[in-house]
Amino acid sequence: MSQSRIMPGFRPTISFTLFYLSLVVLIPLSTLVFKSFELNWSDYIDIITHKRVVAAFRVSFTTALGAAVVASFFGFIVAWVLVRYSFVGKRFFHALIDLPFALPTAVAGIVLATIFQPSGFLGKLLKENFDLQIGFKPLGIVVALIFISIPFVVRTVEPVLQEFDSRMEEAASSLGATRWQVFTKIIFPNIFPALLTGFALAFARGVGEYGSVIFIAGNIPYISEIVPLLIITKLEQYDMAGATAIALTMLVISFLLLLLINLLQHWVRKRSGQI
Amino acid sequence: MSTAISKHVHQSTLEDANWVRWSLITIALGFVILFLCVPLLLVIIQAFSKGFGAYFSALSQPDMLSAMRLTLLTALITVPLNTVFGVAAAWAITRFEFRGKDLLITLIDLPFSVSPVISGLIFVLVFGAQGWFGSWFVEHDIKIIFAVPGIVLATLFITFPFVARQLIPLMQEMGSEEEEAALSLGASGWKTFFLITLPNIKWALLYGVLLCNARAMGEFGAVSVVSGHIRGMTNTLPLHVEVSYNEYDTVSAFAGASILAALAIVTLILKTLLEWKQQANRASV
Amino acid sequence: MSILLSNISKNFGQFSALHDIDLVIPEGELVALLGPSGCGKTTLLRIIAGLEQADKGRILLNGDDKTDLHVSQRGIGFVFQHYALFRHMTVFDNVAFGMRVKDKKYRPSETDIAKKTHALLELVQLDWLHDRFPDQLSGGQRQRIALARALAVEPSVLLLDEPFGALDASVRKDLRQWLRNLHHELNVTSIFVTHDQEEAMEVASQVVVLNKGRIEQQGSPAEIYDHPANVFVSKFIGQTNEFELSHHTTDWFEHIGLQVAEESTPDWVAHVRPHDIEISKSTNDNSPVTLKDWQHLGALIRIELTKFLPNGSPKIVYAEMPNEQFKRLQLNRGDKVDLRIRHAHWFH
Repeated sequence: MSQSRIMPGFRPTISFTLFYLSLVVLIPLSTLVFKSFELNWSDYIDIITHKRVVAAFRVSFTTALGAAVVASFFGFIVAWVLVRYSFVGKRFFHALIDLPFALPTAVAGIVLATIFQPSGFLGKLLKENFDLQIGFKPLGIVVALIFISIPFVVRTVEPVLQEFDSRMEEAASSLGATRWQVFTKIIFPNIFPALLTGFALAFARGVGEYGSVIFIAGNIPYISEIVPLLIITKLEQYDMAGATAIALTMLVISFLLLLLINLLQHWVRKRSGQI
Repeated sequence: MSTAISKHVHQSTLEDANWVRWSLITIALGFVILFLCVPLLLVIIQAFSKGFGAYFSALSQPDMLSAMRLTLLTALITVPLNTVFGVAAAWAITRFEFRGKDLLITLIDLPFSVSPVISGLIFVLVFGAQGWFGSWFVEHDIKIIFAVPGIVLATLFITFPFVARQLIPLMQEMGSEEEEAALSLGASGWKTFFLITLPNIKWALLYGVLLCNARAMGEFGAVSVVSGHIRGMTNTLPLHVEVSYNEYDTVSAFAGASILAALAIVTLILKTLLEWKQQANRASV
Repeated sequence: MSILLSNISKNFGQFSALHDIDLVIPEGELVALLGPSGCGKTTLLRIIAGLEQADKGRILLNGDDKTDLHVSQRGIGFVFQHYALFRHMTVFDNVAFGMRVKDKKYRPSETDIAKKTHALLELVQLDWLHDRFPDQLSGGQRQRIALARALAVEPSVLLLDEPFGALDASVRKDLRQWLRNLHHELNVTSIFVTHDQEEAMEVASQVVVLNKGRIEQQGSPAEIYDHPANVFVSKFIGQTNEFELSHHTTDWFEHIGLQVAEESTPDWVAHVRPHDIEISKSTNDNSPVTLKDWQHLGALIRIELTKFLPNGSPKIVYAEMPNEQFKRLQLNRGDKVDLRIRHAHWFH
């Protein structure tokens, strides 16, 4: 099995890896699947086609999608600015991008809720001037998910932009392309797969996000109730079957989405000659 | 010569017009300030909104102190375990060829793509009163769910990939020549690891430990499911923040939040330093 | 199209990359910018292209001042050292790019673009690769695609940065010949940058030797080789032996057939090409020159001689002669030899 005879430690390390992986990840995760076998099919369908559950899925996926789109747009600009331009405080901003990775989601949640609730300082401003309410509305969920999504997009796009061969830009320029043409025809197509990855990561994370969302969402059933919260609600009502069914569905949908995005990415790369 | 030229490339042909540059910088910084700086500042403002006295008395409440203790305890158990796992997994994966390696890597990454709430739920399914082993544990009077062990298990799951994920690509890139050289010179396996491998991976290892620790101390969703929110008993610091906030005890909530935010800032600073170290390391290789 | 550069200077911070460059390149020439790395040749090429702005000086193409024009407006074709092919586009799309980004008013129809693209791909003999991506091509193929892409916009001037630098030695030989022929066919004024003097001599009709940001000499390969303007050119182009006047006796110079001028001073140095040295077996046991070793360079043989200076220290002298001629001399290692110098350049 081992490639080089001289290298020691294959047996102990692989055994420990597999043992620990099974114990901490695989066995617990598989209970979700086995538990759901205890349900019969029609019960399962009843649970997940319940109006409130469907609404929660719609809220979770649309808000995550919206947030990932917004974060991809601004995240691309942030990555561009951080890579291409120099300005005062760049290092500070660069380090700050990872804040959503480092800041516990509960903290992010209560802070964003405090800012954007109708009595909060930005919430009030938006409410009074633009009649726009963010806190306790689905829009609040989007705001929280944008916060969570930023580093996923920036950190995926940044290294690709950094390593982008600027001679391609010079070549395009020397062939008569305008700066805008250079961007749309040369730079963007080369960065796009990375942007798509960042988008997918942000979206996947957003769908499952809980801590940063629940404080700002208002959690009104049918309107701003997200799937993770619904799972917790079911658990608190000792509705194990309901919680399991919803959780499994969500897990499967997220995996399918990730698979789909991976395929899409493969297709984009292939079309653009990167594989 | 070439460096001098390439620096100047950006200042001539490839330079964006000034108005483009400044509008993009404004948009980017505006976005970052609104979504990142303002929240960070607000934690501090809110924590001290009723003065230093209120802040420090909030911090010294018994419930707050026990929440901090539990958070530290959780991190103290999970981080070392996942670190040992990360090193072992990286060694097995990068130093040997075996079938199913790609699958193994995918499985290690799995916890990243599972919603925190589901991560908590699965432990309730295993150990809860209606769970698989639930009755056995109840009979023997061992509490896992709504108790500390559940919190530790959920945190282990959530922070599972962090260290392994940092080490695998680095050790793959390094190759095993140096280790083979050491072994051929007569060093034992352990000696080789401590004298050759460890010095090469130490910054990446610390980086993984740092991220693992930040997540272990800050995890909310998964822990929230398994904890039961028993004050002074099973509330970690993030949970204590939640409970205080929901009880409109703003000072207490933001005092707890300020500790977690400080932790985040320290994490970011150390992370930046480690990134510089790693870059310097790579440049010198 | 003729190129005229006047007074071009460029600094990078403290470093002066180019210093008052004046250069005239007549229409239709194939010019090599030759010099060691760091001499400013690539910077000069990039300034002509407009990829870099000179600090001062003017650039005239066919008499029109193009100094302040952006690279995209100059009508030049630039071939990058590592080709800079657009890796997300097929070979066809790469070559068609320059035509497709033209203003609507001047843009040819898609059928015309396709026709011309295929014609160019045929010119570089790679039409069969038109639907490949750059990553799927060999170095030599990429080079030719890069050239076809640059030619697609019908540039008035073709600029090539180290065109053969990234290629294997064998591919390089073929491409040199091919580039010469292509230039002959198209007759577009072309400049290429190289640090390889052999390549410059073989390919170019005109060679411009640069050193430390200044032009040392401009001329045909023969002129540069036979009449180097200064010590730098003499040493950079081909191999030379240096005989310092202060290190040898005047008698010895006369003995080997070198006339030392009346007005000479001790800082004079004679530069002698290896093939301008004739050797013969010495009848004089006191001859200061001995045969050290030799190497076969194909048709020629390179001979390593040791000349003992009057102060007793040895100096290596290289000579070259055809194989046959050397065999006839029947020399062995350690034999005393006499030198005869056919031709030398004096510098001081």
